Amino acid sequence: MALSFLEFEQPIAELEAKIEELRFVTSDAEVNIGEEIARLRAKSRALTNSIFANLTAWQVAQLARHPQRPYTLDYAASIFDEFQELHGDRMYADDLAIVGGFARLAGRPVMLIGHQKGRDTKERVRRNYGMPKPEGYRKALRLMQLAERFRMPLITLIDTPGAYPGVGSEERNQSGAIARNLFEMSSLRVPVITAVIGEGGSGGALAIGVCDRLIMLQYSIYSVISPEGCASILWKSADKKEIAADAMGITAERLDKLGLVDEVLREPLGGAHRDPQEMADSLKGALVRHLDQMSQQSEDALLQQRYERLRGQGVYRAAN
Amino acid sequence: MTWFEKIIPSRIKTERRSRSVPEGLWIKCPACDAVLYRAELERNLQVCPKCSHHMRIEGRDRLMGFLDEGTGRELADEVEPEDPLRFRDSKKYRDRLTAAQKTVGEKDAMIVMAGALHAIDVVACAFEFRFLGGSMGSVVGERFTRGAEHCLANGLPLICFSSSGGARMQEGLLSLLQMSKTSAVLSRMAQAKLPYISVLTDPTTGGVSASLAMLGDLNIAEPRALIGFAGPRVIEQTVRETLPEGFQRSEFLLEHGAIDMIVDRRDLRGRVATLLAMMLGRPPLVRADETSPSL
Repeated sequence: MALSFLEFEQPIAELEAKIEELRFVTSDAEVNIGEEIARLRAKSRALTNSIFANLTAWQVAQLARHPQRPYTLDYAASIFDEFQELHGDRMYADDLAIVGGFARLAGRPVMLIGHQKGRDTKERVRRNYGMPKPEGYRKALRLMQLAERFRMPLITLIDTPGAYPGVGSEERNQSGAIARNLFEMSSLRVPVITAVIGEGGSGGALAIGVCDRLIMLQYSIYSVISPEGCASILWKSADKKEIAADAMGITAERLDKLGLVDEVLREPLGGAHRDPQEMADSLKGALVRHLDQMSQQSEDALLQQRYERLRGQGVYRAAN
Repeated sequence: MTWFEKIIPSRIKTERRSRSVPEGLWIKCPACDAVLYRAELERNLQVCPKCSHHMRIEGRDRLMGFLDEGTGRELADEVEPEDPLRFRDSKKYRDRLTAAQKTVGEKDAMIVMAGALHAIDVVACAFEFRFLGGSMGSVVGERFTRGAEHCLANGLPLICFSSSGGARMQEGLLSLLQMSKTSAVLSRMAQAKLPYISVLTDPTTGGVSASLAMLGDLNIAEPRALIGFAGPRVIEQTVRETLPEGFQRSEFLLEHGAIDMIVDRRDLRGRVATLLAMMLGRPPLVRADETSPSL
C-alpha cells in the first residue's frame, strides 16, 4: 500500500514522489540513476528526521490518528500467537469497536483486549470508528473476569476517539458501563499492562486502561477530552485545536514528564506505520519485560501497589 | 399567616410588593414562574413550594441541611488546587481558580464532611457546581478519596451528592485519572462491605457520571435532574436529530434501569437514613420529624 502523508509531511511526500518517478525511468536511462535515488533517499531521511524532531502536539495527534497506523488486530497478529477472538457481552450485542480474546505472548497465555478502528470506509462504519457503546465495555469486562478466573495477565491496547455519544449509549447506561470497568479493573487479581497505541480518548480509553503499567508509543496521545472538544468549549472554536492540544499536554513525551507513563516506546522514523514490524517487535519486548517484572509479585502485593498507584495520581497542595 | 393567605398562590401575594424590595429577596421559579420569597425557598431546600421544581443548591448548604444539625465537621479541606500544566486559554487557569474561590467562597468543587444522619455516623460529600461547573480535577478526586478512606478507617457509610459537568480540562489527563482513583477507593469500600449511596443531582455528566456517581450500592436521583455520559448538545451533533423530551432526565434513567429510585430533596434525609439503617442492620428509625413540608 502506498504511504499516505499528512499535511506537515508534504515536503517529504514530494521527495518520495520524485524517488518513485526516478525508479520508473531506471531501465532506459544512461545516467547513474541508482546513485541519484540513493542521494534523494538520504535527503528524504534527513528531512523526515528534521521534521519529526520538532513535532507540535497537534501534529502528534494527527500521527496518532493516521489512517495507516497499526491497530489492535494488527498487533494481535504481529506480537501474539494463537489469538482466539471472543465475542459478545452475553446480554445485548457484540460491539466490534472493542476486540478481545485469549492469545499467547512469548508462549504464555494472556487476555488481549483493545479498541479496533476500521481500515476502509465499510469497516470503519462496522467498527463505529473505534468508539465503543456500553455493550463493548461490558464485553471487555466479561473478558477481564474470564482472565482473572484463569489467571491470565491482561494486556489492553488503547486506540479510540472516545466512548460513543449516542441515544442508545445513554439508554443502555454508558456512564455506568465505564464506571463499572474502572471499579472492577482497580481490583482485578491479575497483572494489567496497558499500551496506548494511537488515540487515548478520555473515559472511553480509561475504561479499559486501569493498569499496573502504562506504556505509550512515541506518537500516541492520551487526553481528558479531544483537542477539538477542548477548543470548542474553552476557546469557543474548534479551530483552536492546535493551541488546545498543546495546552492540555496530550503527548507521550509531555505525560512522561508529568510522571504518568511508565515507558515511552520510540517509533520508527516517520511513525509506527512506516515500519509496523519494527514497532511490533519493540512493543512485544516491552510487554514481555513488564510482565516478567510483575510475575514475581504476590497477588496481594500487586493489588496494593495498584491501589497506591491509582491513589497517588493527582497534583494538589495539602497544608499538612 | 391565616389559612386563607396560605392557599393563595404566592405569585398573587408577592407581585405587588416585589417592586419595592431590594433585588434578590424574591426569586422566580424557572419552571412555573411563581415568585418566591428567598428565605422561604431556602427553608424549602431550594425546591419550589408551588411546583416542586428542584433548583440547584450550594454544596455546603446541601451538606448542612442533610446532616443532623451541628454535627458536620469538614474533612480534607487542607487539600487545595495547583496548576500542574500552567494551563491557559483566554484566561490563566490560576486566575480562573482565584476568581472562582472568591465568588464561590470554596477552595475547589468538592466539600467533604463527617457527621451524623439521624444519629448514624456517616461521611457525606457534595460537589459545588458553581465552582468551575463542579468539574473534577485533582482536588475533587483527592478530597473524595480522603473522605472514603475516613470511612474505611472508621467503618462508616459514604454518601455523595454529585453535580458536575465532568472532568476538569485544565488539569488534562490528571483529571481523567481522578475517575480511576475514586473508583479504586470505592472498590475498597465495597470489599469492606461499607455502604456507598450516590445521589445524582442536576446536572451530573461526563467523567463524574462515568465514575463515582454511577458506582453507588444505591444510585438515587433527584427529580428531573440531567444525568448522562455525553452532554445533550454533543449527542445532537453526533446523531443529527433532536432529542426526545425528557431524554437523560432522572425519570428516563429510572425507566432504563440505571438508578434505583427518584427521591424529592425534602425527603432525602429520611429516605437515605432509612436505607442506611437497613444496610447496617440497625433498628428502624423513629422519624416523626421527617414528614416532608410539601405533604
